[in-house]
Amino acid sequence: MINKKHLVLLASAGAISLAGIATAQANTLEDTRARGAVQCGVSDGLPGFSAPDDSGNWQGLDVDVCRAVAAAVLGDADAVNYISLNAVERFTALQSGEVDVLSRNTTWTTTRDTTLGLNFTGVTFYDGIGFMVNKDLGISSADELDGAAICIQSGTTTELNVADYFRANGMEFDPIVFDTSEQTVGGFQAGRCDVLTSDTSQLAALRIQLDDPASAMILPDIISKEPLGPVVRQGDDEWFNIVKWSLFAMINGEEYGITSENVDEMLNSDNPDIARLLGQDGNYGEGMGLEADWAYNILSQVGNYGESFDRNVGMGSPLEIERGINALWTQGGIQYAPPIR
Amino acid sequence: MIHNRTMIEPKPAPSSSVGPVAWLRSNLFNGPINTIFTLIGLYILYLLVVPTVQWAFINADWVGTTRDDCSREGACWVFINARFTQFIYGLYPRSEIWRANIVFAGFFTLIAWLAIPRLPFKHWVAVFALVGFPVIAYVLLHGGYFDLPRVPTHRWGGLMLTLLLATVGMVGALPIGIVLALGRRSNMPIVKSFCVIFIEFWRGVPLITVLFMASVMLPLFLPSDMSVDRLVRALIGLTLFQSAYMAEVIRGGLQAIPKGQEEAAAALGMTYWKRMGLIILPQALKMMIPGIVNTFISLFKDTTLVMIIGLFDLLGIVQAALADSRWLGFSLEGYVFAAFMFWIFCFSMSRYSQYLERKLHTGHKR
Repeated sequence: MINKKHLVLLASAGAISLAGIATAQANTLEDTRARGAVQCGVSDGLPGFSAPDDSGNWQGLDVDVCRAVAAAVLGDADAVNYISLNAVERFTALQSGEVDVLSRNTTWTTTRDTTLGLNFTGVTFYDGIGFMVNKDLGISSADELDGAAICIQSGTTTELNVADYFRANGMEFDPIVFDTSEQTVGGFQAGRCDVLTSDTSQLAALRIQLDDPASAMILPDIISKEPLGPVVRQGDDEWFNIVKWSLFAMINGEEYGITSENVDEMLNSDNPDIARLLGQDGNYGEGMGLEADWAYNILSQVGNYGESFDRNVGMGSPLEIERGINALWTQGGIQYAPPIR
Repeated sequence: MIHNRTMIEPKPAPSSSVGPVAWLRSNLFNGPINTIFTLIGLYILYLLVVPTVQWAFINADWVGTTRDDCSREGACWVFINARFTQFIYGLYPRSEIWRANIVFAGFFTLIAWLAIPRLPFKHWVAVFALVGFPVIAYVLLHGGYFDLPRVPTHRWGGLMLTLLLATVGMVGALPIGIVLALGRRSNMPIVKSFCVIFIEFWRGVPLITVLFMASVMLPLFLPSDMSVDRLVRALIGLTLFQSAYMAEVIRGGLQAIPKGQEEAAAALGMTYWKRMGLIILPQALKMMIPGIVNTFISLFKDTTLVMIIGLFDLLGIVQAALADSRWLGFSLEGYVFAAFMFWIFCFSMSRYSQYLERKLHTGHKR
């Protein structure tokens, strides 16, 4: 959504220069403890990332980041106030202190990281633009898409990125632009185009909405970098560390094979990495102002990164997104967390 | 001479001039052209109604809890069923819903009491509805008093939030609108220019801009330790916006009252407020009922715009539910449900206003 993004940047930048960045709160950790809940900004409904379930509890990969931070800080993953934000107001809500963590499928870019008074703490999902094609076409790679009619949602960066990709590869394409994601799916289904393009995280959700999801496949090619991650305000390094290491604890948990089921047995593990992570050997939460069991709370209440991925967007969810580059570095992906030492 | 004193029983009119057959004949099959149009109309109706009924009723799935229970071709009302509580109360905690129910019950009782003419103590009930009830509703919904757990406003939603926004907007916009309309007709230059500027400013910006300003820009200008609840921001924005429209509707009514009315009242020695309160406004408001209700209905529908500032009104919560990966692809059912709910409320408002017009009819209609 290039136009909207630019507007937001302009509006935010203008507003900050007017109001000054004095809005950043001094001690988010103390405020959070006093409040008894983490103020977490999530989307207003994005399949697999944040959406309320039948009983009104927020679920999703982005939501699990909020829950992990709450578990680390307050010992209770449910102690979260979810504030739903749209794409335009998300940064303002963070800057003004309405939320303390923004976990809303936000792409990490230079402009956002350096000019908005914000810091990205890590990457929860390596997203990128991908293609969905009808299986009947017999296409297996994006290189074969020369001359294809492509359904795109209007006003998104996808439109520009796809055009760049095709020009760079000397191929032609015929864009068929729709207003909403539902219309885009409808257009693909009706055969208006051979290919539907969107962020891979969204392609899976769009695919489910087809009458026969099995008739379409998502090509393995990803043509742009969209690393999604949590964001915090600049100026409170302690809080920045907490949010950053909450995600690292989940990723390390998966690497060491600690799940929400076996975490209690793992407390007796001889593996020094596990003992350090779970607070059995030394107190690695101290430097962040947390208790020694901070990571234990995350892993027992939220689970490790792999569990969260599987439950919300992976094979254990209706979306069935492959791990791909989101697999651990030990399994061919690029998810990598620094060691707890 | 034989006098037959018994009258012949009157015979019913021939079936060709009364009854359904005659009605059909005079209204639908009155001449060849009309017959053709009737047949075409019936065919179009058939094309529209049959698939709709099949989709919505005959082939629809009604019972179940998950999307797997929706195996048939028609609508999947299971989705609405599973989410119904959420559509009504938003993300309000399940254990506290009784509080919202009390407020709902009180709200509808008060409205019914004020709307049904036979019930007594109208004045006292009206005072309670405007003064006592909002306080009680706030205490119940928000909590934090009398050992009621606090429910922050970001968990309010669904129909409850829609009704709250619409009611506060209507109750707030009408008096502010009246004052602004009177102010705009005033002879006092400062009052007059204030009202003109206020009305023209709020009518000149789209509601979306107002809501965006309230949610995106306002927080940046406030000190960091001071935050205005986003629901309150939306309520204030909505009320001020609608009051400007209301002011113009009412000013239209004021202008329709002949000047003689006010001059006569002045000749009787009435003060300004007595002239307005006893002579002018009762006539103007009565005349403007269609316009006022029009504004109310558009306000009711405008409440869906709060979705863009992250509040889950009825439509917003339906859309959020559509994003649940377990229920992807049931957008049609969701939107049909939302549309039906909105139609119920808007249609009731419109019927009530027609009733009110008939009741207050004193021959001013031409």
